[in-house]
Amino acid sequence: METDELLINMGPVHPSTHGVLRFKLRMDGEIIKECTPVLGYLHRGTEKLGEMKTYLQFIPYTDRLDYVSAFPNNYVFVKAVEELAGIEVPLRAEYIRVITMELNRIVNHLVSIGSLLMDLGAATMIMWGFRERENALQLFEKLCGARMTFNYIKPGGVREDIPEGFIPQLNEFLKDMEKRIEDYEQLINSNEIFLMRMKNIGVISAQEAVNYGMTGPTLRGSGVDYDLRRYEPYSIYPDLDFKVCSRPEGDSYARYIVRIDEMKESLHILRQVVDTMPEGKIVSNPKYGIAPMTGTPSAVSTYFPRIFTPPAGEVYSRIEAPKGELGFYVVSDGTTKPYRVKIRSPSFCNLTAIPKMVVGLKIPDLIAAFGTIDVVLGDVDR
Amino acid sequence: MIANAYELIVYILTLLGVYEPVLNIFQLLGIEYVLKIIIVLVEIGILFVFVLLTVMFLTWMERKVVAMVQARYGPMVTGPRGLLQPVMDGIKLIGKEDIVPAKADRWVFTLAPFIVFIPALLVFIPLPFGQSLIISDLRVGLLYIIAISAVSPIAILLAGWASNNKYSLMGAMRAVAQDISYTIPLALAAIAVVMFTGSLSTVDIVNAQNGTWFGVIPRWFIFLQPLGFILFLIASIAEMGRIPFDFQESESELVAGFFTEYSGMKFAMFFLAEYAHLFSVSGIIVMLFLGGWALPILPFVPAALVQLVSLGVFLVKTYAVIFFAMWLRDTVPRVRIDQLLNIGWKIMIPLALLNLLVTGFLITAGVF
Repeated sequence: METDELLINMGPVHPSTHGVLRFKLRMDGEIIKECTPVLGYLHRGTEKLGEMKTYLQFIPYTDRLDYVSAFPNNYVFVKAVEELAGIEVPLRAEYIRVITMELNRIVNHLVSIGSLLMDLGAATMIMWGFRERENALQLFEKLCGARMTFNYIKPGGVREDIPEGFIPQLNEFLKDMEKRIEDYEQLINSNEIFLMRMKNIGVISAQEAVNYGMTGPTLRGSGVDYDLRRYEPYSIYPDLDFKVCSRPEGDSYARYIVRIDEMKESLHILRQVVDTMPEGKIVSNPKYGIAPMTGTPSAVSTYFPRIFTPPAGEVYSRIEAPKGELGFYVVSDGTTKPYRVKIRSPSFCNLTAIPKMVVGLKIPDLIAAFGTIDVVLGDVDR
Repeated sequence: MIANAYELIVYILTLLGVYEPVLNIFQLLGIEYVLKIIIVLVEIGILFVFVLLTVMFLTWMERKVVAMVQARYGPMVTGPRGLLQPVMDGIKLIGKEDIVPAKADRWVFTLAPFIVFIPALLVFIPLPFGQSLIISDLRVGLLYIIAISAVSPIAILLAGWASNNKYSLMGAMRAVAQDISYTIPLALAAIAVVMFTGSLSTVDIVNAQNGTWFGVIPRWFIFLQPLGFILFLIASIAEMGRIPFDFQESESELVAGFFTEYSGMKFAMFFLAEYAHLFSVSGIIVMLFLGGWALPILPFVPAALVQLVSLGVFLVKTYAVIFFAMWLRDTVPRVRIDQLLNIGWKIMIPLALLNLLVTGFLITAGVF
């Protein structure tokens, strides 16, 4: 039967595009023939702003990239600056940084899985996810006073030391979370409808995933065992025992399972970090090295100079953010401001694979596949 | 024996000593049919108010059940435990601007919400709320129910078409496809019940479930027709358009499906119809498979209270089914439209036919 093609404009205001993303869909009835993501609705010129601000002033802007998990953004920029200037970081500060980043990974995956399930029509998971997320956010609040945009990790260390009562609360969270993940698995994993919607949907092979530059759980869901924490270790990850979770199928279900497994691994990492946490200083100075004093929090935070000039040079620094490889390319010309900041964001690279994944599928499958890619538009558009 | 609600009203009025003198006055004027019409109107008025109150309660209950599952409180501010929330919602919706999109088909767009609401109310006519609490015991009651519920997809299609919106149209098309494929197993499962009663009358169906086997197990058709019950339940949930089969909306895919463009009171009409539908379909499930208002203890209830107690029994059972539907909504995701049609045509209909065959064979063989 001859039928007309239907052109559907999904977004930028649509309940399940997770922000202001727009898909141009050429449809044959319910079947997608072509899908074109249209980006740029949230472009704020963050990279250009990087050239306008001093090194320390730019850190809060990194919070606004992937606002669901802001600690890794903080960290990777700071890491780039530290590599550029050759700043030594006290061990305790690295431990605190890993705690924040792994907690943030759990938060990110909770939001990701929750919104995936909500897109599929099961609204319960997001509420459960946000219940646990709230506990984690309270930990963040205790740590640095902010819940989503932290500005906590600074060159040479962290802004403030761990407050009193933080570690017990974290332990409680870890214990609680273990049970909760079991709950999620009971609710979701063996649900026949969920399996029907996720298995063999949005399949992308390992080779294609690599070609598209996908990273993170989306890549590991295609069976590529690639994790920067293992492949190019940074911070204290070489000392930690964790396994890289991956699944060979490459479909939406595999990506979902990888996220659940990663949450468990993060819990495992956090437990080790808490157990082996060293005492010591939390900040250092580019000139004088690690802080000689303990001092009040404000004294600690001003120990690192507000304005500092790293030597001229360039550095590309990357880490395994919850969404994938997050890289900052920072060029210094020896002044107080970077000459150039380029951000390689995981969401953007992962998103490019969507048109490949969904051709021949239906709109509901696009929603399901897109949900498992886990994209935050702040990270895509920058 | 009082057969229906009309006779019940007459009976109550007679007991109060009002009926005879009033009837005499009307007879004197030669217009006793006017009295009949007045009583019927009163009866319909009671039903209407009952349905509206039920719908309001159901919207509140839905929120509370969802909140319970999702570890939240739900509405708490308006009234005790948020009970007045539906009233506030109603006031808000009345106050909203009534928008008709510029390119919409104005007439059809306005008409569709009313068309969807009327069948939702008409379904209640042959539904027995309790012993003798029925508007009219139609001899083709069950057929009437199935036929009337088949009207609502037309209204949905009208709404989707008239909105002149791609999402609305897709939602409407989905709703129609879904309704056609699920009315068949629904009817087939209901026929299996009719084979036992030999009557389409809803009162006969409930009466057939009165009593017990061995004095313990109530004679509900769910025990004779377990497969039929499951098929009917699934088909009903599809018919109601609730998760996991809420394709008319599918808000994450189609924004809000066929009522994307609706606002204000017109939107409220769809909302009312949806919940009226939820209640009526649950009532039908109870009537067909869970014994309607029948309960083994009913014969021991004093005659004066039978109507009240049977109404209570019916409501408790119906709310149990409604609770199940709400619970289901919070636990499972939505299936995909083609998967839905696959389930309907390739699994449900063959199973329903098989159920019919086995039932017919067993009845002929004299097992039941």
